[in-house]
Amino acid sequence: MNDPTGHLDLENWSCPLPLRDYPTIVMGHGGGGRLSAELIEHLFLPAFSGTVNDIPLNQLGDAAVLEAGGARLAFSTDSYVVRPRFFPGGNIGDLAVNGTINDVSMTGARPFALSVGMVLEEGMRIDELGVIAEAMGAAARRAGVSIVTGDTKVVDAGNGDGVYINTAGIGLIPAGIDLGPHRVRPGDAIIVSGAIGMHGIAVMSVREGLEFGSEIVTDSAPLNGLVDSLLAAGIEVHMMRDPTRGGVAATLNEIAKTSGTGMRIVERDVPVPDDVRAACGFLGLDPLYVANEGKLVAFVAAHDTERALDIMRAHEFGSGATLIGHVVEEHPGVVVAKTGIGGTRVVDLPLAEQLPRIC
Amino acid sequence: MKYLDEFSDPDLAQRLLQEIQATVTQPWAIMEICGGQTHTIIRNGIDQLLPEGVELIHGPGCPVCVTPLETIDRALAIAARPDVIFCSFGDMVRVPGSSTDLFRIKSEGGDIRIVYSPLDAVKLAQANPDKQVVFFGIGFETTAPANAMTVTMAKRLGLTNFSLLVSHVLVPPAIRAILDSPNRRVQGFLAAGHVCTVMGMGEYVPIVEEYQVPIVVTGFEPLDVLEGIRRVLVQLEEGRAELENAYPRAVTAAGNAAAQAVVADVFTTCDRAWRGIGTIPASGWRLSDAYTDFDAELRFDVTDIHAEESPLCRSGEVLQGLIKPNQCGAFGKECTPRMPLGAPMVSSEGACAAYYQFRRIDTAVSA
Repeated sequence: MNDPTGHLDLENWSCPLPLRDYPTIVMGHGGGGRLSAELIEHLFLPAFSGTVNDIPLNQLGDAAVLEAGGARLAFSTDSYVVRPRFFPGGNIGDLAVNGTINDVSMTGARPFALSVGMVLEEGMRIDELGVIAEAMGAAARRAGVSIVTGDTKVVDAGNGDGVYINTAGIGLIPAGIDLGPHRVRPGDAIIVSGAIGMHGIAVMSVREGLEFGSEIVTDSAPLNGLVDSLLAAGIEVHMMRDPTRGGVAATLNEIAKTSGTGMRIVERDVPVPDDVRAACGFLGLDPLYVANEGKLVAFVAAHDTERALDIMRAHEFGSGATLIGHVVEEHPGVVVAKTGIGGTRVVDLPLAEQLPRIC
Repeated sequence: MKYLDEFSDPDLAQRLLQEIQATVTQPWAIMEICGGQTHTIIRNGIDQLLPEGVELIHGPGCPVCVTPLETIDRALAIAARPDVIFCSFGDMVRVPGSSTDLFRIKSEGGDIRIVYSPLDAVKLAQANPDKQVVFFGIGFETTAPANAMTVTMAKRLGLTNFSLLVSHVLVPPAIRAILDSPNRRVQGFLAAGHVCTVMGMGEYVPIVEEYQVPIVVTGFEPLDVLEGIRRVLVQLEEGRAELENAYPRAVTAAGNAAAQAVVADVFTTCDRAWRGIGTIPASGWRLSDAYTDFDAELRFDVTDIHAEESPLCRSGEVLQGLIKPNQCGAFGKECTPRMPLGAPMVSSEGACAAYYQFRRIDTAVSA
């Protein structure tokens, strides 16, 4: 590896004076990029020290794995503040259910129970809330997961955005299943379960009032069944992650860093629907960074690549499964893409959310 | 997908690269003017695919990058006012001023909106008569017609709560400034295709003749850029200096007459400071006298705000092609996309950010 920046250690850079440049929360702190990571590392983890397992930041996944009474459980929580509440193909309700089911499922756990916390704004229409609740019930039933406890609070008009939903989920990890960055190794196949970029563009098209010819709908879906079918078939899966905020690029970067491996992907092999590509081209966005809500990235032992693809493609939510690259020993912590015309580029961790370019 | 796939076809790219390889007999330095082309080059790894000795110098064509610190500070002062809705293109929002940026002003209660079309800002002014709506009108000739139309539309609608903060820059004077530099290294130019879509090609004829330098009007997809590079190299190798159009599907010699008319009506030529470069005579547009009522700098009385740029930042030399971004002492240390000193580290089209993001390691992916 020849590093043109010389002696700099850019991969392991962290802010020496924590949070120095923003005395207030900016939107980027919730964007899932470096600002979010710094907030967790410099503010939450020190404050929670002694109450958590003191897991280093770089080991934190979307779900915690706990042992209780001989069983291994996965536990996860997520809050949903999406605007608009309704978008092509879904709404905040099914998104909140599917999202937490997926976070739990990525550990290899079978999610069985969810909690739901609703923060409602005074003036929110009851019939609209009913539609959202119906969508949550339908999503949970489809995934075979029970909603077992909940809470409702109302805030004054103007202090909320209609409805915010928090869900938490718990699942049981089957015996013998151990997934995580510690198992990712050079040679592993990197597989995405289908077309990327649909959720982010679906939401943005409504939020910004943009139209791109055909309507792009969210891919929001529960992935517990897909995960189950891979593990039940005995596929040697080393790790899984659902590439939500920050998209496939953020997921690959995180795993490259936590596993100490490099990633090489072939840009042409990444499945991007034509209409998503057109929208991204128009907005100056990179589909690799756009959010997904019904896709997973799986790291699979090389010898199981074809079987894994066959099993995923036979499943309703994995029909577009594609091999996009491999884990390598070289350039640990860095994701490199072979570009469409045969060049190479580094696919970096996004700082915060992508911004549309001027021209 | 038609028009995207066709112009990034790997087999055709390979053929163009072979032709370039067969053409080149000695080292050459070519500047792509436009930030959009820089983005294409870095994102596709085009510079690594060219023969050794062919150097691409990233020009000052990112409008976000060359907007002076002073103008950004003025924008921030206006945006912080409680009576203002401040509208901007997305990538301008993160550009730091002397002490803050638009994101931070938003977090402190400022009403900052990212718009996709400048005309959306006019609609906001109509919908919010009790607020002052300001659009940050930056860019080259490409964005000027739409920015100009905001003002003609606001005037037609009789809106008194809309104004434009203008920092428009022009390509031909920048090319002349680069060619006049005593340290000049550039031997040929890729001209910015979308600028020429608006303005046509006429302005470049005297530059080619006067400086005997090849200029090829070039598009933005990977094959467009490769074809532009190939044509400049062929001219250089043959000892020719001509104006060529390698982007005929979008550019005509005369350009877009309607767009030129609205620009001529609303704007007038002025000297303009370029961040990191300095003031270039007659290199910008400001609102013409008939439209000074819509000038945000006057309306909010911010013309007294002046700013000093960081002495560590060598973005001026980067933008003139005198050094590569990683040759600046602050690169990756005091200056990162997280804590940028100069604007080229901020915008994804900026030469420094592009280097930081895409070229931190020099890896060759074995096919």
